[in-house]
Amino acid sequence: MSTGTESDFVYFLYDLATYLLNGITQGSVYALVALGYTMVYGIIKLINFAHGEFYMIGAFIGFFCISSGMPLWMAFPCAMIGSGLVAVIIERMVYRPIRYAGRIPALITALGTSLFFQYFGQNTLGADPKAFPKVTDFENKTYQFGELFVSTNQIVIISTTFILMVFLYWLVNHTRTGKAMRATSFDKNAAELMGIDTNKIISFTFFVGASLAGAAGVLVGMYYNTVEPMMGLIPGLKAFVAAVLGGIGIIPGAVLGGLVLGIAENLVVGFWVSTYRDAIAFGILILILLLKPSGLLGKNRKEKV
Amino acid sequence: MDYIIHLALMSGIFIILAVSLNLINGICGQFSLGHAGFWAVGAYSAAAYSVYWAPPILDFLNLFIACGIGFITAAFAGILIGVPCLRLRGDYLAIATLGFGEIIRILIMNMDVIGGPRGFTGIPKWSNLFWVYLWVVITILFVVNLMRGTHGRAIISIREDEIAADSMGIYTFKYKTMAFVLGAGFAGIAGALFAHATQFLHPNGFTFMWSVIILLMIILGGLGSITGSVIGAIILTILPELLRFFGETVSQWRMVIYSLLLIVLMLWRPGGIFGKHELKIPFFGKKENA
Repeated sequence: MSTGTESDFVYFLYDLATYLLNGITQGSVYALVALGYTMVYGIIKLINFAHGEFYMIGAFIGFFCISSGMPLWMAFPCAMIGSGLVAVIIERMVYRPIRYAGRIPALITALGTSLFFQYFGQNTLGADPKAFPKVTDFENKTYQFGELFVSTNQIVIISTTFILMVFLYWLVNHTRTGKAMRATSFDKNAAELMGIDTNKIISFTFFVGASLAGAAGVLVGMYYNTVEPMMGLIPGLKAFVAAVLGGIGIIPGAVLGGLVLGIAENLVVGFWVSTYRDAIAFGILILILLLKPSGLLGKNRKEKV
Repeated sequence: MDYIIHLALMSGIFIILAVSLNLINGICGQFSLGHAGFWAVGAYSAAAYSVYWAPPILDFLNLFIACGIGFITAAFAGILIGVPCLRLRGDYLAIATLGFGEIIRILIMNMDVIGGPRGFTGIPKWSNLFWVYLWVVITILFVVNLMRGTHGRAIISIREDEIAADSMGIYTFKYKTMAFVLGAGFAGIAGALFAHATQFLHPNGFTFMWSVIILLMIILGGLGSITGSVIGAIILTILPELLRFFGETVSQWRMVIYSLLLIVLMLWRPGGIFGKHELKIPFFGKKENA
């Protein structure tokens, strides 16, 4: 026989486990988007405001592919490649000419690009949220462990994120292209002198980052069952917070930051006021910028003249 | 006629907002994306004054007090935000101010006394053309005179080169905070006038998008140019109304046009139309040899 307080405690543990699980699910989505931010920042020191929009574009490509009857295993790579290509085009047309103009003009341009995609999407696709179609070759089941419910969707999101991250780790650390990427982010001019086509490497970085965001978009579409043109704004900003939290420019930092942010948010929603959910992310951002601007995993660097 | 008067009122309010943001972004060179937040603070506190505490005195006196309250509260928010954030530079500062702007909006959304998500209604209509444009003139004169004096020179030197200014003995943190707080305060005045012009406030009327639109106004006119930001504010207040004459579809594409404008301006004229130059008005003001 359990006493009242004991069962209260058990329920509390189940609650906690549920919010942690939701947090990890959401955190892995943030981590996927944050990786793109961090890679682009690492390589050209640009805060790519439009990154959240690549996530939106990925979700919409997934939406149209699945609506037309494509199975998930085909729609998923389509969305990744599609949003990657959009990112490469944008990099080519907008970010490359502005690259040497300084950081603030580049930031404003990125802001403009982000607004362009949001409102262009709103005017062409309609502002109302659309129901994500049912995926034919995949059934969402819920498994129960005591009072803890785990859905197939959550398992798919967490495992896909894990696989993509392992792939990214391999790509950056164990391939020639990855070596070129690291060299370019370390010193662009020196890399160019060593015969690396830095423009191509930067385009490739945009492609990889945006396709990860596109993947996150499809996963979120499946998880929440809706897609809309404005869906990229808030997750984009939060993924940026995650990237800064982990240390911008550091790839494992983005993953850590994403998970921490996702868990913190869900704990706030679970145990405090749910309307403060968005405020928490920005609160974390400001705290981290003031206490340790280089991020959790970053090293402090003195500013040079 | 009412319509034109309303447009003129809004132009005046946006001129104050643009000039005050120009003080932060263009003149001091600190990139802030949270201007709509200060605007909201000023608007809501002034509206709370006139709804809950306004004594039965002449309307324009009450409006004057409301503007004062808007200035003080927004400037206080500016101190709260500026002191920690102004240690950051460039794009980090932009993101931090953006975050604070959103936090302010979420806090207002959760305050039931001032309407919360329902919006704040019942604000008396005290703003008229005379008082709005009086504040426009006060704001412009203040900023222009500030730029001419010692403090202004110090603030401009921070924009030109912060490290050099620091090593010349200018206490950069103090002047950055000064510019930031004054800019926030004037945005608060614009908020007070706005609240008493539209008589209705809603937290979603102060989103991040409005910070971007105010930013676009000063970029259009030229970062650092007062006359430029006046003209930018007028253009961007009137343009959407003009677009309405071209049919519903064109005005729907307003934000797409704005964003393309932002990108194209940055690619071709990053300094804005006027750059740092002022538009010279003949027979008005003395010649400057600066």
